[in-house]
Amino acid sequence: MTEEITMKKIDTFAERSDDKKPRKTHIEAKDFSLFYGDFEAVRKVSMKIPKQKVTAMIGPSGCGKSTLLRSINRMNDLIPSTSATGEMIFDGHNIYAKNIDVVTLRARVGMVFQKPNVFPKSIFDNVAYGPRLQGIKNKQKLAEIVEESLRNAAIWDEVKDRLQANALGMSGGQQQRLCIARALAIKPEILLMDEPTSALDPKATAKIEDLIGELRKQYTIIIVTHNMQQAARVSDLTAFMYEGVLVEFGKTKQLFTNPENPQTENYITGRFG
Amino acid sequence: MRLETRKLLDKAFSGLGLISIAVMAIALLLILTPIVWRGSKAFVFKGTIEHRRVMLEQFHRGNAEKFNKDYAEVVAARAPIYDMLTDFEAGTEQRVSSIETEMDAKKERAKELKAEARVLKREGQTEEAEKLEAEEDRLKDEAKALKTQISELKESRTEPLESVIDALQELFGPMPGQRTPVLLRQQYGQTRWDRTLVKLHEVLYTEEWDYSNADAMGILIEKPRIDQFIGTEMESFFPYLEENISEMMQPRRTFYWQFITDKSKDSHIFGGIWPEVLGTIYLTIGAMIFAIPMGVIAAIYLCEYAKEGRIISFIRICISTLAGVPSIVFGLFGLAFFLNTIQVSDSKSVLAGSLTLSLLILPTIIRSSEEAILAVPRAYKEASLGLGASRWHTVLTVILPAALPGILTGIVISMGRAAGETAPIIFTAAVSVGAPLKLWQTLSQPTPALPWNIYNLCTEHEAVDEIRHVQYGMVFTLVAIVLLLNLGAILMRARISKKLRG
Repeated sequence: MTEEITMKKIDTFAERSDDKKPRKTHIEAKDFSLFYGDFEAVRKVSMKIPKQKVTAMIGPSGCGKSTLLRSINRMNDLIPSTSATGEMIFDGHNIYAKNIDVVTLRARVGMVFQKPNVFPKSIFDNVAYGPRLQGIKNKQKLAEIVEESLRNAAIWDEVKDRLQANALGMSGGQQQRLCIARALAIKPEILLMDEPTSALDPKATAKIEDLIGELRKQYTIIIVTHNMQQAARVSDLTAFMYEGVLVEFGKTKQLFTNPENPQTENYITGRFG
Repeated sequence: MRLETRKLLDKAFSGLGLISIAVMAIALLLILTPIVWRGSKAFVFKGTIEHRRVMLEQFHRGNAEKFNKDYAEVVAARAPIYDMLTDFEAGTEQRVSSIETEMDAKKERAKELKAEARVLKREGQTEEAEKLEAEEDRLKDEAKALKTQISELKESRTEPLESVIDALQELFGPMPGQRTPVLLRQQYGQTRWDRTLVKLHEVLYTEEWDYSNADAMGILIEKPRIDQFIGTEMESFFPYLEENISEMMQPRRTFYWQFITDKSKDSHIFGGIWPEVLGTIYLTIGAMIFAIPMGVIAAIYLCEYAKEGRIISFIRICISTLAGVPSIVFGLFGLAFFLNTIQVSDSKSVLAGSLTLSLLILPTIIRSSEEAILAVPRAYKEASLGLGASRWHTVLTVILPAALPGILTGIVISMGRAAGETAPIIFTAAVSVGAPLKLWQTLSQPTPALPWNIYNLCTEHEAVDEIRHVQYGMVFTLVAIVLLLNLGAILMRARISKKLRG
């Protein structure tokens, strides 16, 4: 039996603070395809996602952008009969290699889902869930991490007086920011966001977008969105996908003003999709 | 469809719904009311002095001083009854002896005549001798008649008396001066006022059955016993007894809540139902100890780990089938497997019964747990896994807590079932009479249990009519236990749900 590769990293923040170096590729897909049974949902995608940038993925419904996103931390494993070909390289390893420890991978690639999915526990326990998984039991330490994460998610001031209240009592926007705080508490390097604002009202959406603007300084963020204005507002790079194929991937400004591919142009000008 | 028709249909459906709910409620009421009404009579009833005597002598409960005072009054009230009996017996004795004296005299005279006749014959006075012999025969016949008279007298006085005494002993217990009977139930009179009145009736009236019409059922004919005793010392016995019965028994409203916690004496004639209650608790808890972990773990495996496929579908079908197997089959299986094959204990035991019951309720627990687990939003699972939790950790910290209300419901439903099942424990755990078990004895010893003993008391007890109140008390207790379990679970479920909803 081959030895299991753990994706655990000893000190992730030390490397991240190294700001002077040129931006490196953080995650790279090489001819990556993902199948649901026989259906190829993502078709031979190759892309390099740079570190500490916001990468947006746009495209019509069912184009495979969410699937691609969920492939980055192997959440698609939950769906029976999925299989992948090609490579998804993170930290020097193909994360689809057989002997990868998925649990440690997911601890480094955080995820925020479409609908706020807080646990039916207290606010504190929600945020502390990840750190506790990593074996942090010291109450003081936990409290520090919780506060830091909640501050980073820009929700600390709203909840600091009711940390022991059930998280389900919060509003949708607050719940979503709590989910972000929860994802931040495990100190990931990459934050995947799967349409994080689609279930929220415009006010809450604005708050989340502001938050993304703050978080880009520390994290590599990949965000899937239906809302092209949102992609234009928050992202540095944008990828346009259509029917599982990566059609165009480039700087957001360029993609929205001067797309190379006519399909992209049709989509962003609203002729289809 | 036109609007009016649609409205009418809607109304018809809600009307049908209301009717079916009402029918269910009425049925429940019809079942529960007699159970509660008659069951409560095991706890609250008019107890006689004999009940207090049983309590004092057998259960060491009650105020001895006060009892002795009361009992002295009772003895005084009963004394005339027994005096009349003695008088009557003495009267019989006197009559018999007077007739016997007469008879003896006649026999003596006959003997003398015989001797005289023999002398006369020898002397040749044949005519005289024949006269005497005729006289002798007459006397002999008269003596014979007197003998029949004695036996007739005995028949007419002693036999009715004996049946009165039998009935009276059932009413008041042994007669004064009588040797203490061996059976405990014969050492005391009637402990309950309602039974006292029944027994009193048996003293006052004889029962005969008229079978003259062979095509119909026999007809019960009751005759007052007093008819048999008119003109004797016993004539005032029956009116006196009827008038003074409450002084002789001193009925008092009794609240006997210890019915639940008392052992039974002389197979439920006296005392309570603690061995049965305890046995039921043991069996139910035992079944839960085996069934809950097995059931919940199986459900987790089926929902979270197993890959959907033919084998899993087959297993699911098996579980559903298992849920529909008649309980007596489980009982026989328990006997064959747990007792005969792997021999968990040498005889029937609580352990074997618990194992059998746990198999019976396992399908219910698995199915309800499975449904509860599947009802947990996928989002919780994704969130937990997305944070780098392992599957097992996700199940423990997120899925199980969220599924707990549903799992609890299944557990409680099956608890009620385990508590009330009779067939699986007949061959594996239950006996009709037994002492309350210590905890460690449950591994090797059988126990009485409410469902089995209800059945047993109704069908196989030698004095079914005497202990109706115990049967109803048991039914009441069993229903109360099951309802309490359900109530507790509903409250617990509500609390957990509230916590989960926030």
